[in-house]
Amino acid sequence: MKRLLPHPLLTPMLALVWLLLNNSVAPGQIVLGLLLGWAIPVFTLPFWPEQVRIRHPRTLLRFAGVVLFDILVANLKVAWLILVRGRHLRPAFVVVSLDVRHDLAISALANTICLTPGTVSARLSEDRKSLLVHALDADDHAELVATIKSRYEAPLKEIFEC
Amino acid sequence: MNDATELLLSLLVLAGAIFTFIGSFGLARLDDFYTRLHGPTKATTLGVGSLLIASATYFSVTGDSLSLHEVLVALFLFITAPVSAHLLAKAALHQRLTSLAPLPENAENRPGDALPAAPPSRAEPDTRGEIPNTPGGAHDTSLRERGT
Repeated sequence: MKRLLPHPLLTPMLALVWLLLNNSVAPGQIVLGLLLGWAIPVFTLPFWPEQVRIRHPRTLLRFAGVVLFDILVANLKVAWLILVRGRHLRPAFVVVSLDVRHDLAISALANTICLTPGTVSARLSEDRKSLLVHALDADDHAELVATIKSRYEAPLKEIFEC
Repeated sequence: MNDATELLLSLLVLAGAIFTFIGSFGLARLDDFYTRLHGPTKATTLGVGSLLIASATYFSVTGDSLSLHEVLVALFLFITAPVSAHLLAKAALHQRLTSLAPLPENAENRPGDALPAAPPSRAEPDTRGEIPNTPGGAHDTSLRERGT
């Protein structure tokens, strides 16, 4: 079972991407998409041996909603900062100590930080215990770290770990 | 296509253009590398996003079927934009580019750095002076070895 279908979640996702690429839901395309969705995980297994498990799909959906909303706010906020504040920004580096250990959770967190309000993740420390984040306009550093931890890290920890 | 859709599409395209412009404008206006990173990575996601929504709506309304290519474009953009921003920031830290924000202490001692004790940015002429010496020295020894 594990050799035939190493990543059960990846198969439907690849099939969906195939259908979107072709912009069609013809039965032939569905079969081809499923075939590719089966073949690609099998042939790329050496690069990705660990199975991805999502424990709380509902938390994942809520998290996606929060992130989408934050992206919208982030865009407006950054646009405002660029246009109005311009040269009077207070940029800062803050260090976020990580509670998540799973590689996928860390990369998801780094990605989320890059997509949301005025922050770019700059470097993961060698021991994978802290993430350096650059903020465009940080007023209160401790508050920024607390927001990142509670808003993004906690749900990710719940989704990918236990 | 009726007037209401046309109006909605025009607004979306206009908003997209404005946000993309602000993102690029940030590149010119902001002062250091790290803050400049924020403009293109953030303001443009919304700009490209509204252009994509406009595109999907237009082709769904005028074409004969639903057009959802744009979802994929958005998906790939959301996956790749943060990765490139992260790598750019990482490269900038490695090069010790000058920053408006003070660099945190633990950014200084990185394993794998050639010169861990060098102070940031000011040491650049020194390092540049040293680089040609090292290969030259290696070259000399190899010549000597070959000679013997």
